[in-house]
Amino acid sequence: MSSRRTIVTDYLARVEGEGAMTVQLDGDRVEHVELRIFEPPRFFEAFLRGRSFLEPPDITARICGICPVAYQTSAVNAIESLCGVEVPEPIRLLRRLLYCGEWIESHALHVYMLHAPDFLGYESAIELARDAPDAVERGLALKRTGNDVMNLVGGREIHPINVRVGGFYRAPTRRELRELVEPLERAREAALETVRWTAGFEFPERVVDCELVALSQPGEYAIERGRIRSSGGLDLAPSEYDEHFEELHVERSNALQSIRRGGGTYLCGPLARYSLGSAQLSPLAREAAAEVGLGEECRDAFRSIVVRSVELVHACDESLRIIQAYEEPERPAEPVEPVAGTGYGVSEAPRGLLYHRYRIDGDGTILDAKIVPPTSQNQLAIEDDLRDVVGRNTGLDDDSLRALCEQTIRNYDPCISCATHFLDLQVERVGVGSTEPTKERRRRLRRRWEREK
Amino acid sequence: MTARTVVIGIGNSMRGDDAAGVAVADRLRPRVPAGVEVVACDEEPSRLMEAWEGADSVVLVDTVSSGATPGTLHRFDAGEEPVPARAFRSSTHAIGIAETIELARALGRLPRRVRIYGVEAGGFETGASLTPEVEAGVAFLVRDVLADLEEERCTSAP
Repeated sequence: MSSRRTIVTDYLARVEGEGAMTVQLDGDRVEHVELRIFEPPRFFEAFLRGRSFLEPPDITARICGICPVAYQTSAVNAIESLCGVEVPEPIRLLRRLLYCGEWIESHALHVYMLHAPDFLGYESAIELARDAPDAVERGLALKRTGNDVMNLVGGREIHPINVRVGGFYRAPTRRELRELVEPLERAREAALETVRWTAGFEFPERVVDCELVALSQPGEYAIERGRIRSSGGLDLAPSEYDEHFEELHVERSNALQSIRRGGGTYLCGPLARYSLGSAQLSPLAREAAAEVGLGEECRDAFRSIVVRSVELVHACDESLRIIQAYEEPERPAEPVEPVAGTGYGVSEAPRGLLYHRYRIDGDGTILDAKIVPPTSQNQLAIEDDLRDVVGRNTGLDDDSLRALCEQTIRNYDPCISCATHFLDLQVERVGVGSTEPTKERRRRLRRRWEREK
Repeated sequence: MTARTVVIGIGNSMRGDDAAGVAVADRLRPRVPAGVEVVACDEEPSRLMEAWEGADSVVLVDTVSSGATPGTLHRFDAGEEPVPARAFRSSTHAIGIAETIELARALGRLPRRVRIYGVEAGGFETGASLTPEVEAGVAFLVRDVLADLEEERCTSAP
């Protein structure tokens, strides 16, 4: 039999932003996989040219409604390193706390609202909420706590306005931060439950075999600073990024795709962070990981949801640790004078490594800017996963296969609004054997879950 | 127990027309009938649910981006019917107001009466004020919401 089948999804739901996907199948052979991204490319980079060196944290924060803190942090890291300013420890810790808030809100949103429905056979979190209100309420409460941390430290959570080059406009008092202790303790409990909950899901098979890239910092799970390390032995200062990674323009996509020079596909994000740095997670997060059988490394693409849950535990724990030890800084920001040259900044956005580079002149005018978001970097790895996952599951019918493709893409929590906009999903196939109907697959997933409950 | 009505103006006052909901809330606050609470809120789902917790009736005012002419007024009754999700995708948030309403409905946390008033946005530029079309729309929304609240007060009076 060789009837050509085409599956089209106009709109890739439940990712941050919108995107398109095409998979072509000939019988059991995967002919072609591509992720297409359309957006006015690099709009923000052009927009930054001619602006003041103090503006990037405010301007770039607007690239993403989910991870503004990541953009602000990589931006201030780049400018401050160029201008020779090292912020005092209390300021750095406040930034780390703000960033933990973003991790909590972003991971909770992704795990509960966007990704868990895939594993449990639901079309959306709304459907899931009817059958599992307690789980969804737990996710909402966790997300809310992350927002509250961002609100308090960042000024306003969607696009925090309190961050500036050199520090903050205003530093919170010890008393203000202490109000977060109780909600964070509850959130930590919820995060532990999240680990157990997600670990009970059924995981399709896919082991990521490419190079893993994440930040590394002695003594801590790197979030707001660090050197760039990889499973292939890289150990780089942020200023060396461009020597080792390049962005390629592919016709189908307006987002540039990153590759490792001379290496090829690489992966950043939770799996990379965990595999390179699990030893630096908080004891409680390590314990939670061990309890559900995660080893020191995890290259299992679909278990990224469990790794995110472990990172939720860590982010709550780390927030509490920072709040307990917090000393109000003498002043909320260090003065920063412009220095002509190029500054490089990195940080670990919830989705992975976020690289910023700015060239400024002696007056502090930006001459040139480059921003490489994690989703661009993960694009090739997502395509590799899709090729493998589709190849293993050609027996699924079109709807189920499309659902599985979406679930695969969501392993990366792709922030397509950072890398792009508007995308649709398409599966084409030539010749198909027997397939498992979608409804049955859904029913099977739910039955399994009922038993787990 | 007295029936409680909450009016929630949703938006970001730093983002041009996205401030419309907040502007409506500000103008309504001194003018609503006794017993009606007016708050401004962002789209954070659990904060919205908390804002209408225990209320019998909620009025949501937000900016809409549906492709209609800027300033166009929209009204949805979401107490029983689901909200057209696409109309309220005014931010990049994965959970917008439409999703929040449906989540709350699924969780049994939605007030009995839910009305949504929207004004079609012109622009969302950072730091900009309301466009003239939306400014005019805001004035109409204030009038409409007041009329609605008045009617509700009359019909629910013992």
